[in-house]
This record gives sequence, structure tokens and C-alpha cells, in this order.
Amino acid sequence: MPEPKIRKFSTVIEEIFHEGGKPVATPLKRGTILAVIENPYAGAYHEDIAGFMKDLEPLGLTMATQLIESLGGDKSAVQGYGKGAIVGQAGELEHGALWHVPGGYAMREALGDAKAIVPSTKKVGGPGTRLDVPVTHINASYVRSHFDAMEVGIPDAPRANEIVLALVMTTGSRIHARVGGLKADEIKGQDGLR
Amino acid sequence: MKAEIRKLVVFVEETRSEMGRPVSPPTRKAAAVAVIRNPYAGVYVEDLSLLIEVGAELGGLLGGKCIEALGIDPKHAESYGKAAMVGENGELEHAAALLHPAMGKPLREAVGHGAALVPSSKKRGGPGHVLDIPLGHKDAAFVRSHFDGMTVSLNDSPRADEIMVAIAVTDSGRPLARVGGLAISEIEGKDGLR
Repeated sequence: MPEPKIRKFSTVIEEIFHEGGKPVATPLKRGTILAVIENPYAGAYHEDIAGFMKDLEPLGLTMATQLIESLGGDKSAVQGYGKGAIVGQAGELEHGALWHVPGGYAMREALGDAKAIVPSTKKVGGPGTRLDVPVTHINASYVRSHFDAMEVGIPDAPRANEIVLALVMTTGSRIHARVGGLKADEIKGQDGLR
Repeated sequence: MKAEIRKLVVFVEETRSEMGRPVSPPTRKAAAVAVIRNPYAGVYVEDLSLLIEVGAELGGLLGGKCIEALGIDPKHAESYGKAAMVGENGELEHAAALLHPAMGKPLREAVGHGAALVPSSKKRGGPGHVLDIPLGHKDAAFVRSHFDGMTVSLNDSPRADEIMVAIAVTDSGRPLARVGGLAISEIEGKDGLR
């Protein structure tokens, strides 16, 4: 399989100062990078698709590196992550699942030693379809303050024969997190969960 | 700062190909959005001068954010535009106060001059509504290759008492522009039109 054919990239960086409470000294950043690629399997059922995961790895790494850069360039500032895919209507949900391995690999590679599973979601949709990408802590999935999500999408993508691939990173907890649970400073960091 | 900002969001779009044809160099657009408290929400106020001052502040801040996100020298900015969406407890005139009397000068300083009118649009809407920011060449409004727009939306904005203020800046025109008209190489740059 040839390397992915990219039509466009889109990045969105949010800086959040408050949400009705006291403004914080260091704003929370939530960022996403999206790549619109051609779906090599659009329009027909293909039994053997798994090889494309390997082909997506370099693109994933480029996206993860660029996202860290867009968040300020310090990978140690990244505390939460998530990933997702929107498959155009000539494709199937299973094509979105091709992003699980390369998307996760890319963020772990770029961030160093992240231990937790990368939460994900996927759907079939058309241009402008929005996707709520789930976000959890990079080292311990149960950290309650970091359960979050970022809504992503592109007005003109995915076309029928395209896939939108998404990575999301955050630099902290929800802006006024206060519902208890496991805290980031209580992480044991052994199993990726707690 | 007089603006009470809840969040700042920067969008960057980079188009590498269109209809399978490479776009080289890629076209790039940035939009910077501030979500601010509407000081006049819920009441009729005759004198909107506070929002006029906020408009001036945001012209420089958001214009600068776009240039920073594109990573370019301000003189390489090619087109610009502005827009605002007022939450349901405000009026369209609040958007007008932000966009028209005082925003232009600091915006032009941020993007390294600009002789042309800054194209604009405004609307009232709720969280998640889509805002289309019109784009035109910054030195000559009639440059046809640079008539364009950029779409932004934020799922949590504008709340009823907020306003979303947006500025878009590009370093390029449309991908594969080919419908004639005044070309960028033919700009006289005297009157802001041609």
C-alpha cells in the first residue's frame, strides 16, 4: 500500500482561562490536529485492510509532533490525550479502526513514556460531521479531573472517499475540576489505570 | 485588558491537494477567536464605547495570534477578514461595535499593513453555531483569487451572555484558483481596491 494521500491538515488550539469560576494563572490548553486522507478502501468491501495501519505510522508521528509544537513545544506539559476518526460515506466503520494502533503509537512515541490506553471514538459521516474525541490522563486512565473531550470537525471533510484522522492533547485537568476521584498527584503509574 | 476573555482558540488549515492535484506551496489559513463576556447582555445600552475599545484590543491580539500560528513574517500575510457572533442576550449592534469603529488599525499593524477594507460578517447565535469569516486580499479588495472564507465553530460558545470575536488571516489565496480577474501580480496598492 502506498503512503497515505493527504488533502489537508487542520489544527485547533484552545486556551481556556475560566468557565465562570476564578480565572487560572496558566490557561488550560486543548489541542487537536486533523489530517484528511484518501480512503484507499472506499467504494468496495476489502477483506484485507490491516496493512494500512503500518502505512499510517509516519503520518501519525508527524501529527503528534506537530500537535506538541502547536501546544507550545514542551512534551512534558501534555497531561491528557485521545484520538478518533471520521470515515466518509463510501467507507466503513472498520476503516476508522485502522487508526487505533498508529494513532496511539504516534502519541506514545512523541510523548515518551505515556502508560494509559488512548481513549478513542469513531464514526461514519460527511463534510462538517463533528466528533467528540474523549480525553483521559496519559498515565492513569482513572484520574477523574482529566476526563474530558474535545469536539473536532472540518467543514469540507470527510468527502465520501476520505477519512479524517484526529489526535487530541490537553495540558491539564478540566478548568474547574472539583468532583473528586483519583488525583493526578496520586498516580502510581504502574498499570496505566491508577 | 478591558476584554474579559473566557477562552482563546486558534485554527489553522493547510491544504496540500485538491481533486487529486497537488497544491504547491500548500494554501494556509488561520483564524483566532476570543470568547468574551458581553458587558451589555440583557439590557439596552445607548453608548457602546466599551465594546469599541475591546474591538481595538482584540484586533491586535487576534491578528497577532494568526500571524504566530502561521509562523510567517507579517508582511507575508495576504488576505484577512473578521466576524462576530453575539450570544442570545446581546444584539447585532454589539458585534458592530466590536468590528467596525476601531478594530482595523491594530489589526493592520499586526498583519504588516493592509490598504483594503477588512471584509466582515456578523450574526446572533448559540453554542455550536457556525461562523463564516469572509476573506479578501489585504491590499487590493478586487483580487479574485483571494475571495474566500473560513468557517469556525465552538461547541460551547457563544453562551447567552458572550460574544465570539474572530479574525482570519492567510498567506495565500484559494487552492488552484483559476477564474481570472485581478491577479496578485497586478496589484497597484494605492486605493485598497486594485
